[in-house]
Amino acid sequence: MRVPLSWLREYVDLPVTETGRDVQAKLISAGLEVETVEQLGADLKGPLVVGQVATIEELTEFKKPIRFCTVDVGQANGTGEPQEIVCGARNFAVGDKVVVALPGAVLPGDFQIAERKTYGKMSRGMICSSDELSMGDDGTKGIIVLPPETEVGKDAIELLELVDEVLDIAVTPDRGYCLSMRGVARETAIAYGLPLRDPALIDVPGPNAYGYPVRIADPTGCDRFTARTVTGLSAEARSPIWLQRRLQKVGMRPISLAVDVTNYVMMELGQPLHAYDRGLVQGTIGVRRAEPGEKLTTLDGVERTLDAEDLVITDDRGPIGLAGVMGGANTEIADHDNVENATADVVIEAAHFDAVSIARTARRHKLSSEASRRFERGVDPQAAAAAAQRTVDLLVLLAGGTAEAGVTEVIAPTAPRTITIPADHPDKVAGVAYGRETVVRRLQEIGCDVYGQDELIVTVPSWRPDLTDPNDLAEEVIRLEGYENLPSTLPKPPAGLGLTDRQRLHRRVGRALAGAGYVEALNYPFLGEQVFDQLGLDKDDPARRVVKLSNPLSDEEPALRTTLLPGLLAALRRNDGRGSHDLALFESGLVFRPREEQRIAAVLPVDRRPTDEELAELNAALPEQPRHVAVVLAGAREQAGWWGKGRPADWADAVEAARAVAREAGAELTVRKGQYGPWHPGRCAELAVTVDGAERVVGHAGELHPRVVKALGLPARTCAMEVDLDAVEAAGDATVAAPRISTFPVATQDVALVVDAVVPAAEVEEALRDGAGELLESIRLFDVYENVEQLGEGRKSLAYALRFRAADRTLTVDEASAARDAAVALAGERVGAELRS
Amino acid sequence: MSAPNKSYDPVEVETLKPEEIERMRDEALAAFAAADSLDALHEAKVAHTGPASPLALANREIGALPPHAKAEAGKRVGQARGAVNKGLAARQTELEAERDARVLVEEAVDVTLPYDRVPAGARHPLTTMMERVADVFVAMGYEVAEGPEVEAEWFNFDALNFLPDHPARQMQDTFFVRGPEGTEESGSGVVLRTHTSPVQARALLDRELPVYIVCPGRVFRTDELDATHTPVFHQIELLAVDEGLTMADLKGTLDHMVQALFGADMKTRLRPNYFPFTEPSAEMDMLCYVCKGESVGNPDRPCRTCSSEGWIELGGCGMVNPRVLTACGVDPEKYSGFAFGFGIERMLMFRHNVEDMRDMVEGDVRFTRPFGMEI
Repeated sequence: MRVPLSWLREYVDLPVTETGRDVQAKLISAGLEVETVEQLGADLKGPLVVGQVATIEELTEFKKPIRFCTVDVGQANGTGEPQEIVCGARNFAVGDKVVVALPGAVLPGDFQIAERKTYGKMSRGMICSSDELSMGDDGTKGIIVLPPETEVGKDAIELLELVDEVLDIAVTPDRGYCLSMRGVARETAIAYGLPLRDPALIDVPGPNAYGYPVRIADPTGCDRFTARTVTGLSAEARSPIWLQRRLQKVGMRPISLAVDVTNYVMMELGQPLHAYDRGLVQGTIGVRRAEPGEKLTTLDGVERTLDAEDLVITDDRGPIGLAGVMGGANTEIADHDNVENATADVVIEAAHFDAVSIARTARRHKLSSEASRRFERGVDPQAAAAAAQRTVDLLVLLAGGTAEAGVTEVIAPTAPRTITIPADHPDKVAGVAYGRETVVRRLQEIGCDVYGQDELIVTVPSWRPDLTDPNDLAEEVIRLEGYENLPSTLPKPPAGLGLTDRQRLHRRVGRALAGAGYVEALNYPFLGEQVFDQLGLDKDDPARRVVKLSNPLSDEEPALRTTLLPGLLAALRRNDGRGSHDLALFESGLVFRPREEQRIAAVLPVDRRPTDEELAELNAALPEQPRHVAVVLAGAREQAGWWGKGRPADWADAVEAARAVAREAGAELTVRKGQYGPWHPGRCAELAVTVDGAERVVGHAGELHPRVVKALGLPARTCAMEVDLDAVEAAGDATVAAPRISTFPVATQDVALVVDAVVPAAEVEEALRDGAGELLESIRLFDVYENVEQLGEGRKSLAYALRFRAADRTLTVDEASAARDAAVALAGERVGAELRS
Repeated sequence: MSAPNKSYDPVEVETLKPEEIERMRDEALAAFAAADSLDALHEAKVAHTGPASPLALANREIGALPPHAKAEAGKRVGQARGAVNKGLAARQTELEAERDARVLVEEAVDVTLPYDRVPAGARHPLTTMMERVADVFVAMGYEVAEGPEVEAEWFNFDALNFLPDHPARQMQDTFFVRGPEGTEESGSGVVLRTHTSPVQARALLDRELPVYIVCPGRVFRTDELDATHTPVFHQIELLAVDEGLTMADLKGTLDHMVQALFGADMKTRLRPNYFPFTEPSAEMDMLCYVCKGESVGNPDRPCRTCSSEGWIELGGCGMVNPRVLTACGVDPEKYSGFAFGFGIERMLMFRHNVEDMRDMVEGDVRFTRPFGMEI
C-alpha cells in the first residue's frame, strides 16, 4: 500500500514539521512495515508553470518532425511575451494548457533547463511530459495536457502536487484494513495520539424498495450487496488533476472518470467497488456460484472457464463479473475515446464477499487484483454503504451525474464478534504489568467495545476480522504500548542433555573429513533421472526410484536425490572448470527414498492432538530420508613440491575416507572387492557393517568407471565414496573399551608371504591374526611386491610386521617365533600362503 | 699390570704414590685439552677414564691394601678421578658448543618454504554457523531437535495455524511432492519443508514438557538462484514452551543470543509483524555489530553492513500461537511459549561480508577453505 503523506494529512492533523521518515518510524513501531519513503520531487526546482500553446510551427527539414511553439505563460517569465520552445512531441494542439519548464528549472534526474539553440531555433524552456516530471503512469506517455480551465502562469509544482512523500507499506495478511488510507490513518492517529477523521463516517440514506434489483443466491459467499445508480454522466467529464495525481501516487493509472472514482474510493476506504454500465446490464443483478464450465471474459480480455466454486455476479444473460476479483468485459464502462458509446448511467456495486471463496477463485484463475487482495485479507462490511455513497457523491460532483434515490442493500445479518479475556491477559503474555486501565484504553483505541472488570468482554470492530483470539487482543495492547518497551528477561530451562550421540557423530565426521583435506560442499538435492544412466546404474537399481516434485524449478531436475554423488560430482566439475584441479570434496546430507507404496499424507485435525496412529500413518506417507556421507576426489591428493614427488588421488583414498567415517562412528567396517554401477569394476570396494548380527552393505568406494567419468565430463580417474551414515552409526559402538597397556618389551617379527595375486590382503591378514593368537599386539602390511621372475606368474608377496607382547612378562624369542609360525601356518592353510625364502 | 701386592705399606705400591696419581690426572687433563674434536675427546676419554685407563688400574690396587691404608689411597684416587671427569665434561661441553656453532649452522634450512603437500580441508561455513548458533542455546540448556526435509503439509502448515486458504500459505513458495499415480499433481499432502518450524510441532508431540529446543536445518522455496536468493537454504529455529513464559523472556533470549554471537554490547529490537504460528508476532532486528548504530544520520561514517540503518534484520519471532499448542496436544491455558527463526545464509552474509548468495551454494573450494573447522 502506497500512502502519500499529503493525503494522509487529510484524516490526521499531523504536526506540519513531521516528515515521512518520522511517520515511518512511528508506523513501524506500531507494526506496519513501511519499507521505503519515496521523496517525490525532492530534486525538482522551478520555475515550472502552466502555459497555453499560442502557435505551432511544424519544422519538417529534420529526421523526425519537430515543433517550434510559442507558449503564453502569463507573467511567469517576467516579460509577459510568449515563450519560444522547441518540442519533439505531438500530442497537443494550439490552445492546449501545458506544463512549461522555464530556463533555470531543474527536473528529476538533475535535468537542467536552459536557453539553447536547437534545430536552428532558440528554445527557451521545455513543454513537459509526465515522465519528465516523474509523475507516474498517466496512460499517455506524452505531453501533459491540462484541463482547459487551468489558469495560465500558475505554479505547476503546486498544481500537480509534485512535491510529496509516499510511504510504501508491505501490509501483512492480518491487516487487510491497512490496504486503505482509512486504515493507515487510523494507525497513524493512534500512534500520534491524535483524533481520526474517519472518511467512512458520512451520511448514507437507508435502503429502499426502488433501488436496482439484486438477488443473492448464496448469502454465505456474499453477505452484503449495496447497489446505487448514478445517471446522466457527462461524456466530457474527466478526472480532475488532484484525483489523477492521488491515483498516480498510490501506483494506479488514471483510466476514466467513473473507473478512477471507484479506484479512488477503494484506496480511501478499502472497499472494492465495481461500476457497471447500466445500459449494458440486462435485468436483475445476481450473485451465485458459477455453473461448471460456464464462461466469462474478464476486463483483462481473458476468457475464463468458471469452476462451480467460483462466485459470480450475473444478469439475465449469465455471468457479468467474477465476484470480488474482476468485472466482466460485457458490462465494462466505456473509455473516454469511445465517444459514441459513452457510458451515461452506472450501477455501483459495493459488496462483501467471503474471504476464502475469493482467495480460491483468485488462485484458481491466477488472477490477483486490487479487489481480490483486499477481500482475501478482509474488508470492513460496515463500510460498504459509505463507500457506495462516496462514489455516488464524487460522480455527481465530478461528472455532473444525478444520484437516483433508489438504494439497494441486501444484507445477511451477522453478529459482531466478541472475545472474552482476563483483564491481565496482555500482561501475562508480555511479562509487563500494564494494568486494566491501559488494556481497556488500547483496545478502545483500535475500535473495540470493552465491558467488564476482571473479565473483559471485547467486541471487535467490523474492520478487524483478524481479531479472533485472546492473544490477538494481547498483541494489539503490546504493540501499541511499544515492543521496544518490553523488558529483557531470561527463562530458566531445565538442565539439558547436550547434543545427542548422533548429532555429535555428524559433527565429528565433518571434522574428520575436513581434517583429512576434504572441503565440504552443500549441494542442491534436485536431479534429473538421466543421471542414473550416466552413473551406469542397472535398470532395476533401487536408487532409480525417486521422489518427484510436481513443481520443480527446472523440468530437467524434477526428482530428489537418492545418492549424493550427482551433486558432489557436479561441484567437482565446476571447481575443475574454474581452475582448481586437485580436489577432495565431501557432503553429508539426506537422500530421499520413496516407500514401497506411496500414500497421500492426510490433513489431520488441528483442534486436538492427533492420535499416535494418525501420526504414525502421516509419517509413513513420507519417504525414507537417511543421511548419507560421500566424498569425491580428483587430481593430486598430495602435491609435488620441494619435498619430493606428489601423489594422485586414487581408489585407496576413497576407501580410506570410508574407514575414517566408520572410525568416527566406532563401527567395524568390512572392505571387500565389489562391483557397482558408477565404479571401476576392478577398483571398487564394497563397504559393509554388521547391525544387530546381520551384515549390511552400506556403500561403495573406489575409482569411478571410465564410462561414468566420460559421461559426466569428469577429470580422469575421479574417485568417490558414498555410505549410508545412519547405517554406519547403527553399527557403531559409542563406548571404547580402554586397552590394557603392557610395559613389557615388544618382540617384532617380519614375515613375507607369497600368495596368488587374486587373494585379498584382508583375508591374509585375518588368517595371520587368527593364527598368531592373543600375543599379537598389532599387525601391519608394509609392502606388496609382484615379480614374475622371483615369485612366478600370478603371485604376489605381502610383507607384514608382526608385533608381539605379553601383558605379564617379557616374551622370549622362542615364544614370539612360535606365535609367528602359527600365524604363517594358518595363512598357509586358509589362503595358500607360503613363507617367502 | 703389577702383581698382587704383598706389602702392607702403601708407599710400596708404585702406582698409588701421590705423585704418580697426580701425573695420571694431569696427563688425562692434558689429553682432554688437546682433543680438538668430539671424536678425539672420545678417544681420550676411553684412554683416561675407561676400564683400562691408568687411574682405573690404580683404583683396583686399592683393594689389596691393608685396611688402614685403603682410606687414604681411596681418597687420593677418588679426587683424581673426580677432577678428570669434571675436566672431561667441561671439554665435552666446550666441543659440543663448537660443533653446534658450526655443524647445526650447516644444517640450517629455509623455514619459509611453503608446505602444502596435502592442502587443508574445511567444513562449509553454513554448517559451522548453524552449529555455532545452536551451541549458544545448548549452553543454556536447550537441546537440538531435527526433522525431515520432505515433510507432511500438516506439519509444515496446518499444525502451525496456516489454514488451507489463508493468504499466508501463499506467501511461501512451496515445492510440492508429486502424488501417487492417478492423483492430483500437488495432492500428495507432502512438501519440501518451507521452514524449520514443522520441527516445533514435532518436538511438542514427541517430547515431555517443558520443551526448550533449537532446530537448525535445510529448507526449500521455489526461488530461482541469484545473488540474493536460493531455492535451498538454511534456517535455525528456536522453541521454548513452559509455564509462564512471556514476551520479555523472548526478548531476553534474543538479546543473549546476539551478545553471545556478536559481543556483550549487542541488543535486539522487536517490531510488530504477522506470522500464523505466533501471536503476538514480531520481526527481530539486531543492532548493527559494525557501526553499533552510529552511522544513522551520520553521512561521514556510512556503514556498509547495515546500509546505515543501524539495525540488521534477523528474522521472525513471537509467542507460540495457542492454536499451535492445541494442535500439538499442549494445554494453552497452562503453557505458553515463544519461538523464533532466522536464515543462516543471511547471517553469514552480513557477519562475513559475503556479497553473492551463489558463493555459498556452488561448493567452490576457494570460498569454503578459509572458513576452516569452526566459525
